[in-house]
Amino acid sequence: MFEQQEIINITKEELLSRVTPLFKDEYRLVQICCTRLDKLIVDYTFDKDYKFLGLRIELPLEGSELPSITDVYFAAFAYENELHDLFGIKVIGNKIDFGGKFYRINEKTPFNKKQEA
Amino acid sequence: MANRTIIPFGPQHPVLPEPIHLDLVLEDEKVVEAIPNVGFVHRGLELLCQKKSFQDMVLVAERICGICSLIHGVGFVQGIEKVMNLEVPERALFLRVFWGELSRIHSHILWLGLAADAIGFESLFMHSWRVREMVLDIFEETTGGRVIFDAVKVGGVRKDISKETFTRIMKQLDKVEEEYKQIAEVFIKDFTIIHRWSNVGVLSKENAAKLGAVGPTLRASGIKSDTRMLKYGAYEKIDFEPIVEHTCDCYARSLVRVKEVYQSFDIIRQCYNKISEGEIETKVTGFPTGEFFSRVEQPRGEVIYYVKGNGTKFLDRFRVRTPTFANIPPLLQMLAGCDLADVPAIIISIDPCISCTER
Repeated sequence: MFEQQEIINITKEELLSRVTPLFKDEYRLVQICCTRLDKLIVDYTFDKDYKFLGLRIELPLEGSELPSITDVYFAAFAYENELHDLFGIKVIGNKIDFGGKFYRINEKTPFNKKQEA
Repeated sequence: MANRTIIPFGPQHPVLPEPIHLDLVLEDEKVVEAIPNVGFVHRGLELLCQKKSFQDMVLVAERICGICSLIHGVGFVQGIEKVMNLEVPERALFLRVFWGELSRIHSHILWLGLAADAIGFESLFMHSWRVREMVLDIFEETTGGRVIFDAVKVGGVRKDISKETFTRIMKQLDKVEEEYKQIAEVFIKDFTIIHRWSNVGVLSKENAAKLGAVGPTLRASGIKSDTRMLKYGAYEKIDFEPIVEHTCDCYARSLVRVKEVYQSFDIIRQCYNKISEGEIETKVTGFPTGEFFSRVEQPRGEVIYYVKGNGTKFLDRFRVRTPTFANIPPLLQMLAGCDLADVPAIIISIDPCISCTER
């Protein structure tokens, strides 16, 4: 049996206004993940009583910025540092910003490059 | 105001088998703030999906961790099976649950041993790991491996268990449970353990929910949440209820794990009674197209596998969010206000797995 998964496309300007009511409605932040295609796709995943809800934002490959949601979901700080270190997305207002040193890796933004098979 | 001191904790510390670092801001002996630092050994395994086929990626997923290896494999293949619309034979689903619950038993007993060691209870540590060895023997007999099993594949499982072997293993498990009862009683009743872990590292129900805690860490704060209740795989046919404790401290987290071991024994017995003869895999043709967030319950809590296929043998994205990653913000909350001497016990109480976190 597979769960139903609802994913809603939003813009980065809408992010905080979408996330705040979810927090008030006791949704849990499950994870934030980014996928590199011909653009960057950032997925915010939430759960309440085993109901899956996703918010999806599309960003350009280079020079992307996002507002931090750590004022609402403090636990997002780790995911937002990950977005910065692996994909080069600048997250503005992260409450615990490691300034690019969350992961000790030699290569900058390694996940924002196409790998050779 | 007391003087503030910053004490580095880790990445090398007797209580930490793997590297994680915390800057502990102290006022006298009280921790007022903790800043985490992971990323010492980040492996970048997620990127391998662009170089290895989706079927080879099962082997990568199983190597994310040496403790919950099999369940990592299950999480990944479940996502692939969803996007490929594969109908997995019921016997294979039950075998996955059997090995998965065996993994939970061995992981929790491993943790119990480490937790006992962290408070200086060496003999309990040794007895816990002695019992765990008996579980590993069953893994070795049924999969050929003691740490990495390679038992799961897209569309089913690689290995079957004959009726005779299964029956014999159930008798072995009865013996394991008998041995386990003796150490479990100590964890439940020993004065020193209760004294050392009660009212230490308290994570309120409200904070556990707000900070996104998962697994035993969440359930020990009074929240009845277990990803297995999504009824994925053969869990659809298994009767169980999440184990919940309400004191929200290190002792509650240990009690949840102690009781979950008994629950896993029960689930394995249900598997044995409900499993029927049949195929263990279905033929896989074509390549994955589409996306799915696959969620399964590891011993440490909910793990997420995001898979996105593009119609070729390589995936566009393979993303893992491990339970320890989710439990780091709650850990910071537990540490704020605690005594410096309690820090090791609190850190170990979330059962941190840095190998998973540094996937």
